[in-house]
Amino acid sequence: MKLARDTWLIFQRQMQLLLRNPVWVVVGVFQPVMYLLLFAPLLKPALNAPTQAEAYKIFVPGVLVLLAIFGGLFQGFGLIAELRAGLIERSRVTPVSRLALLLGRSLRDVVSLLLQAVIITLLALLFDLRVFIGDLLLAYLMLALIALMTSAVSYGVALKVKSEDALAPLMNTVAQPVLLLSGILLPLTFAPGWLQGIAEWNPFSWAVDGTRALFAGDLGNDKVWQGLAIIAVLAAAGVVWAARQFARSVR
Amino acid sequence: MIETRGLRKSFRSRAGRDKKTVDAVRGVDLNVAEGEIFGFLGPNGAGKTTTLRMLATLIEPDGGAATIAGADLLRQPAEVRRRIGYVAQGGSTWDDSTAREELVLHARMYGISKADAHRRAERALAAFQLTDYADRMCKTYSGGQRRRVDIALGIIHEPRIVFLDEPTTGLDPQSRAHMWDEIRRLRSEGMTVFITTHYLDEADALCDRIAIMDHGELVAEGTPAELKREISGEVVVVGLDAAATPHAAQLLDSEPYVSKLETVDGGGVRLHVDEGATAIPQILRRIDHAGLALSSIELHRPSLDDVFLTKTGRSLRES
Repeated sequence: MKLARDTWLIFQRQMQLLLRNPVWVVVGVFQPVMYLLLFAPLLKPALNAPTQAEAYKIFVPGVLVLLAIFGGLFQGFGLIAELRAGLIERSRVTPVSRLALLLGRSLRDVVSLLLQAVIITLLALLFDLRVFIGDLLLAYLMLALIALMTSAVSYGVALKVKSEDALAPLMNTVAQPVLLLSGILLPLTFAPGWLQGIAEWNPFSWAVDGTRALFAGDLGNDKVWQGLAIIAVLAAAGVVWAARQFARSVR
Repeated sequence: MIETRGLRKSFRSRAGRDKKTVDAVRGVDLNVAEGEIFGFLGPNGAGKTTTLRMLATLIEPDGGAATIAGADLLRQPAEVRRRIGYVAQGGSTWDDSTAREELVLHARMYGISKADAHRRAERALAAFQLTDYADRMCKTYSGGQRRRVDIALGIIHEPRIVFLDEPTTGLDPQSRAHMWDEIRRLRSEGMTVFITTHYLDEADALCDRIAIMDHGELVAEGTPAELKREISGEVVVVGLDAAATPHAAQLLDSEPYVSKLETVDGGGVRLHVDEGATAIPQILRRIDHAGLALSSIELHRPSLDDVFLTKTGRSLRES
């Protein structure tokens, strides 16, 4: 009860600040829109897809997962600014729930990601992408869980390193291989065996496969529940770890 | 109100390849009474802030015990948080939000209802003369205004104790005097105020009692007057002609109330006395009787800096 109240309190505050500068939501969506407009047209011939719509069914889920991963991983920067302004310390001296300090922020990130995902989806509809609403909502759940995990991890790391200079290279180093090993841009079915073998160990690769299955309308595909389960477990672990950083952080 | 026994904290720091342990606070025993302004004085790096952050539940002590407003620091940190307010050195407001928003949010983090939080914010804004700027972004505030918001945040839940870490650092003299008034007002409302400072005049003028900290340890504790009295009384400086100085020195050295006499280069003597107010008339009479011409007479009361100098062997201003 207290957790729900405190989380709502922090979430409201964070949303208020976000809406005061909504330009960031648009900036965040800029890169995926560029992929959609400038990269996706190459895919129909490259993937040997029968139609442009088929190519989008493969590509759009990848771009959405990409957005969720990157959008989340870089949220830590905002937190470092808050740390510097003394806001985290000010919060930690009150009896407010430490988990709420994390969840309120991460939920803001999830909402802002879902907003961006809707923008991308609507754009893709203009390019003849068609997807069942039920499947789409499940795919959004997957994205929400990914964003929850990556933003929580980013906050936890930010509290540990406490400086943008350390956070940026760290996040890039993590994000790069995760991105390449998840088959986001091109499906890993094109990859040689050894690369597929490594990608098996990348949870995001499972998430991308699951999301693609959903966009393909293949709800019964095992990859859907496997991807959701893997990401849900990791999100829970990330949240627990990051909340502990909020309870512990020294400065 | 605050009682600590052997509070300790050390940090591991890494300089190059060597890992070193720095004992930031090495066993602090404190007693702070209800309703007083208690000053924690010491140079930068003495361990003042670390001690304060331990008392405010922000960092865990390595050892020792403390009771704050009746709650045990180690066993009931959540209870301690409810009973104290804490204002950090660097401030705690967000550029793009208003004083009113900050106050309401902060009150609500203490579990206060929305309506009550708004009422409290309104009252705090009025009390700290912030009503005119209440709905402007914090980034537009002056240093003094912003600091007042910080203090208002620290007491929005009406704690029994408020910890203020260097509340006047970086303020201009006028804002500083204003801040002193605010702090006295908190005391008059029954709050116990615990402040850290490295300003001697601030500790002297504002605090009912002070503790002096150096290298992680307390070196003195008492009222400013007590501490100053502890060290060698007062000093009277008598200005004289160079020619008259030896004669006057000879005369005054044998007086019973003079504990020590030094001659001043270029003429004059410095007399260490217990109490300047009673010594001065006697000095004047003695010099007058001898027919010597006096050019000036000054009374120096010992400062807290002298106390610090006596206890640590160096001046607070140097360190």
